[in-house]
Amino acid sequence: MSDQQKPDRTRRNLIVATSVVGGAAAVGAAVPFVASMWPSERAKAAGAPIQVDLSRLAAGELGVFEWRGKPVWVMKRTKEMLEGIKQADPRVSDPGSEVDQQPKYAKNEFRSIKPELMVLVGVCTHLGCSPKEKSAEDKGEMGADWAGGFYCPCHGSKFDFAGRVFKGSPAPKNLEVPPYEYVSDNTLVIGEDKEKKGA
Amino acid sequence: MASRLTALWNWFDARMPTVAEQWRIHASEYYAPKNFNFWYFFGSLALLVLGIQILSGIFLTMNYKPDATLAFGSVEYIMRDVAGGWIIRYIHSTGASAFFIVVYLHMFRGLLYGSYKQPRELVWIFGVLIYLTLMGEAFFGYLLPWGQMSYWGAQVIVNLFGTIPFIGPDLALWIRGDYVVSDATLNRFFALHVIALPLVLLGLVVTHLLALHDVGSNNPDGVEIKKLKDANGRPLDGIPFHPYYTVKDIMGAVVFLAVFCIVMFFLPEMGGYFLEYNNFIPADPLKTPPHIAPVWYFTPYYTILRAVPPLFNSQFPGVLAMGIATLILFFLPWLDRSPVKSIRYRGAYYKTALAVFIVAFLVLGYLGTEPTTVWGQFGFDAFFLDTKDRATWVGRLCAVVYFLFFFLMPWYTARDAVKPVPERVTR
Repeated sequence: MSDQQKPDRTRRNLIVATSVVGGAAAVGAAVPFVASMWPSERAKAAGAPIQVDLSRLAAGELGVFEWRGKPVWVMKRTKEMLEGIKQADPRVSDPGSEVDQQPKYAKNEFRSIKPELMVLVGVCTHLGCSPKEKSAEDKGEMGADWAGGFYCPCHGSKFDFAGRVFKGSPAPKNLEVPPYEYVSDNTLVIGEDKEKKGA
Repeated sequence: MASRLTALWNWFDARMPTVAEQWRIHASEYYAPKNFNFWYFFGSLALLVLGIQILSGIFLTMNYKPDATLAFGSVEYIMRDVAGGWIIRYIHSTGASAFFIVVYLHMFRGLLYGSYKQPRELVWIFGVLIYLTLMGEAFFGYLLPWGQMSYWGAQVIVNLFGTIPFIGPDLALWIRGDYVVSDATLNRFFALHVIALPLVLLGLVVTHLLALHDVGSNNPDGVEIKKLKDANGRPLDGIPFHPYYTVKDIMGAVVFLAVFCIVMFFLPEMGGYFLEYNNFIPADPLKTPPHIAPVWYFTPYYTILRAVPPLFNSQFPGVLAMGIATLILFFLPWLDRSPVKSIRYRGAYYKTALAVFIVAFLVLGYLGTEPTTVWGQFGFDAFFLDTKDRATWVGRLCAVVYFLFFFLMPWYTARDAVKPVPERVTR
């Protein structure tokens, strides 16, 4: 009995060593399984820039285009809309677009290259729903000081026509402005800009 | 004939006595308290629904196609062209909601009679694990019809993980397998829904039952029947599970199945609560439906998520609150300091707390099915935490009540004026 009570050090060390090696092998074997769940090469390859023809867009009309599987909004803003954006300054969380949600050339009052043309990724920064346009006429539903913008149906976040989030919304950041550039006055390329091309 | 059957059984029993032994341990000689009431139906009913879901699920996979371009159509195909397909699908969709109804009532029973308290902490913990697994199972399954609600529900829930600091965005990408919810996501959710989580669920159910049968069942009086035994070592207040409770549970199953059939045949959509209307529209990644809400069984937590405003430029606090709201259940056995188990012998503090908690939970559930603007807005200016939506404020109040029920539990259960617990179970 007393022999059995003394641990055999050699055996114990062998058991520990075997377990460690076996454990390492198990972790190694998990690698391909975990890796298989990352986006595949095909998924990574998708997502080329898109071209948008602006001539077919009426003023104040919201154009929705698909880029990398996400909706991108393009709109020619009217003077009233731009005025509404200016007035919203005190009520939005990040009026100066300090949080990095836009290319440098869109870090300005209207978050765009040309003031009248809005380009935004139409995905709520809260949990990824696509907000709905609510015009200035929806004051009854949106409150008396509503000058038009976007409302997220999922969790009630509100944005103005520059994609800036109103204080008190669950969304923490302004809507993202995608990289874009004008190839002519009426044609836009979304998903690519001069900086990205390295020019 | 009878002797031949006996001979066959004896032949079998001589080679594999485990079967008879397990039957004795878990049924014919498992002594359960004799005072079980209505609330004790729901455990066996949950098992029944699990069986229903597995059976109907197997037959659905025979015609369903886990492919973003084919999924929606294949569900319609099952509904219209497969013989008996509509009934199988309605069994599965009604079963999903029935599962949660039964499980919520089963958990409420635990709260009523203190079934999570010592020595049944492990039974409770395995139960909470089953509940969480069931939530995952329901979530993965909900993407499969590839309707608008499937798509946007998955989008929101996967993005919940995306809010975790540092690792979040990569984690969400890894879960989706693509930059947006897509075919890759659908395919893996199918795998998780039909094989991975059902296996986990079955394992947990077995563990839950083994843990229960080791310590024995609680009862509406919260009396430990194992304390008083007769000369043969059988609990004085116990009766064999088989035949007494097998018969009782079969009766419960009959009533349950009758209600189940009424819903399945006449109200399979349950006014949009069991099958949401927007899910009859194919998934459109460019357009969120005007009002999205999860299925009813997730809505209490969804309201908690919505109630928390962003802090420090991050929506993570809301996600954290929602996570804590579910995970706090694990700690219930240690939060409750009451010397008694059953509500019958508890004092006014716990009774009041439980009643207020249930009301808050139901209100949270209701609000989660509605837009935040459902009760209109307050007239005054938005201040401090901002929103004027009445429903958001009520949601916040109920969320606070939800958490206080748990966080204050050590305090109010320890000070409650409890009544003396009898030695034996009452009728």
